[in-house]
Amino acid sequence: MSENRHTDAAERSAVGTRTMEIVTAVLLLVIGAAVAISSWQLGARWGDDGPQSGYFPFYIGMIIGVCSLVTFFQAISGKLGPDRSFVDRGPLRQVMSVLVPAAVFVLGIQLIGIYVAAAVYITFFMVWLGGYSWVKGVTLGLAVSVLAFFLFEIWFQVPLYKGSLYDPLSLIGY
Amino acid sequence: MEEINALFHGFAVALTPFNLMLMFVGIMLGVIIGVLPGLGGANGIAILLPLTFTMPPTSAIIMLSCIYWGALFGGAITSVLFNIPGEPWSVATTFDGYPMAQQGRAGEALTAAFTSSFVGAFVAVVMITFLAPMVARFALEFGPPEFFSVYFLTFCSFVGMGKGSPFKIIVAMMLGFALAAVGMDTVTGQLRLNFGWMELMRGFDFLVAVIGLFGIGEILLSMEEGLSFQGRTAKIDPKIVLETWKKLPRYWMTSVRSCLIGCWMGITPGGATPASFMSYGIAKRMSRDGSKFGTGELEGVVAPETAAHAAGTSALLPMLSLGIPGSPTAAVLLGGLLIWGLQPGPLLFVEKPDFVWGLIASMYLGNIAGLMIVLTCVPLFAAILRVPFSIIAPVIVVICAIGAYTVHNAMLDIWFMLLFGVIGYVFKKLDYPMAPMVLALVLGDRAEDSFRQAMIISQGDLRVFFSNWLVGSIMALGLLMLVWPVISEFLARRRTPALAA
Repeated sequence: MSENRHTDAAERSAVGTRTMEIVTAVLLLVIGAAVAISSWQLGARWGDDGPQSGYFPFYIGMIIGVCSLVTFFQAISGKLGPDRSFVDRGPLRQVMSVLVPAAVFVLGIQLIGIYVAAAVYITFFMVWLGGYSWVKGVTLGLAVSVLAFFLFEIWFQVPLYKGSLYDPLSLIGY
Repeated sequence: MEEINALFHGFAVALTPFNLMLMFVGIMLGVIIGVLPGLGGANGIAILLPLTFTMPPTSAIIMLSCIYWGALFGGAITSVLFNIPGEPWSVATTFDGYPMAQQGRAGEALTAAFTSSFVGAFVAVVMITFLAPMVARFALEFGPPEFFSVYFLTFCSFVGMGKGSPFKIIVAMMLGFALAAVGMDTVTGQLRLNFGWMELMRGFDFLVAVIGLFGIGEILLSMEEGLSFQGRTAKIDPKIVLETWKKLPRYWMTSVRSCLIGCWMGITPGGATPASFMSYGIAKRMSRDGSKFGTGELEGVVAPETAAHAAGTSALLPMLSLGIPGSPTAAVLLGGLLIWGLQPGPLLFVEKPDFVWGLIASMYLGNIAGLMIVLTCVPLFAAILRVPFSIIAPVIVVICAIGAYTVHNAMLDIWFMLLFGVIGYVFKKLDYPMAPMVLALVLGDRAEDSFRQAMIISQGDLRVFFSNWLVGSIMALGLLMLVWPVISEFLARRRTPALAA
């Protein structure tokens, strides 16, 4: 019975904690090395009037590297606890269902500016993931976008990003 | 006493119609922020900070600190009614708060929570009133080596008092420093760590990091359970309030104890979250009804809430008087002060007494106003959570994106926000603590500056950090904290050699 449960759990898991620990430790090791190398190139020694520009970051990079190396070996040798699931398939799908649209949204901001992108994002989220009707989705998306427009462009006088590819708001003069 | 004089002067500054309106707006916003997931105290303040640039700094900080209060109160609402902690420091409130709501005693639980918060925060503000100027006067003696030693102690305490792998704590901290170092070096003007990418000249802004880590990251984490807000209804009518108030004085000992724990954890880099857990745990062990904790004991709500608010408030003490924030939210407020050109620290009390005492006075007012507002508006705030997640989630993401953009008017910051969100999600799950990273990001440049200035003064001699009894003792304490995990492990092994074998 316990073997069945174990395989069930293994099937449910999208990725194990041990894998994530190792991957994270390696990534941090690389980051630490990059920081240290870049600082060394900048000059990480004692200059005429005190530490050079790269002195502080160099040691920071080294410390990150060393500590990540320790974590890496701890993860490999299993000292970081039993190998639980980092995230199961179901929850991962839920997380992705927020992360992926958010990433597309940010891409949208980059291309067509925040007001239009926000309206589209909210509408699609409500319709695709919430099951609302198109009418409700479009209404709320537009409502939030228009509210934000008035709040920022007109009231606070804080201009928000209009998009690098095409600015739909240029049609109304913004 | 001159502090009372200064305090009354501060009230005069705070009690203008504009500031009072900002206080009210701030508290309302704060409670809403505290109630919604993904928009926490640190995060909410980070988002709203750039919008306050047009206000005079005193009014801006009054509004921001009232948002802070509101968020402190708001976290309790969702904990009690929905078993969902709106803030990390409200987790311990769910232990007894939600069972109370399930038994139909939600009004009692909420009243107890709000009142305990009020008491905790009030005690902390009184402490700030009298201690802050003293600490500031003391700190006027500080030179660069002393300042660096205090930063050093702060960061070492994370390692010493933290749970979990010290290596992960150090990595998180150092990552924060590395991120802080990206961009232009303040001393030499050289570009550091930008790998030839001109866009990184601005460096990483802590506001963007906070919005990503605590905002997007938290939404991603909450998504794992899917989100179904099925909360208990709550009405607070005056009868319940009075009855609960009659019951509360019985727990005065718990209250006092929690205040002390909270104040201590707030001043040291612990913060409100560990304070609430510690207070709950100790109250459970020391109370007569300790075994009933978890089933809906009033005391189980009083303890964590008092401690959390005392800690959250007293975290502002080292921020104001030394320039060292005691919690991530205080770190964001500190960042705000720096942006406005105000140097928190001993000189702030001397050069800008209006600002400091106006802020402290507004803490008293904000606390009282906050209590009244939450007691009367609970059903309104609870209704917010009934808005379905598929509507609220994208709106929160949009708000976060706008917040990230308005910091530097940089599109790239929105991408960074997303990146920090993923980092926050992974780090939280792998037990890499985020608080030291945020603190390092905020304080990194200043810590490095004081180090370099100290080195310049001493002509490169590291012994300057032990040159007088003050600096030497702080450094020694810091070093002790740093190696504490090793020492305590060694002591534990010696005590139980049989188990170790």
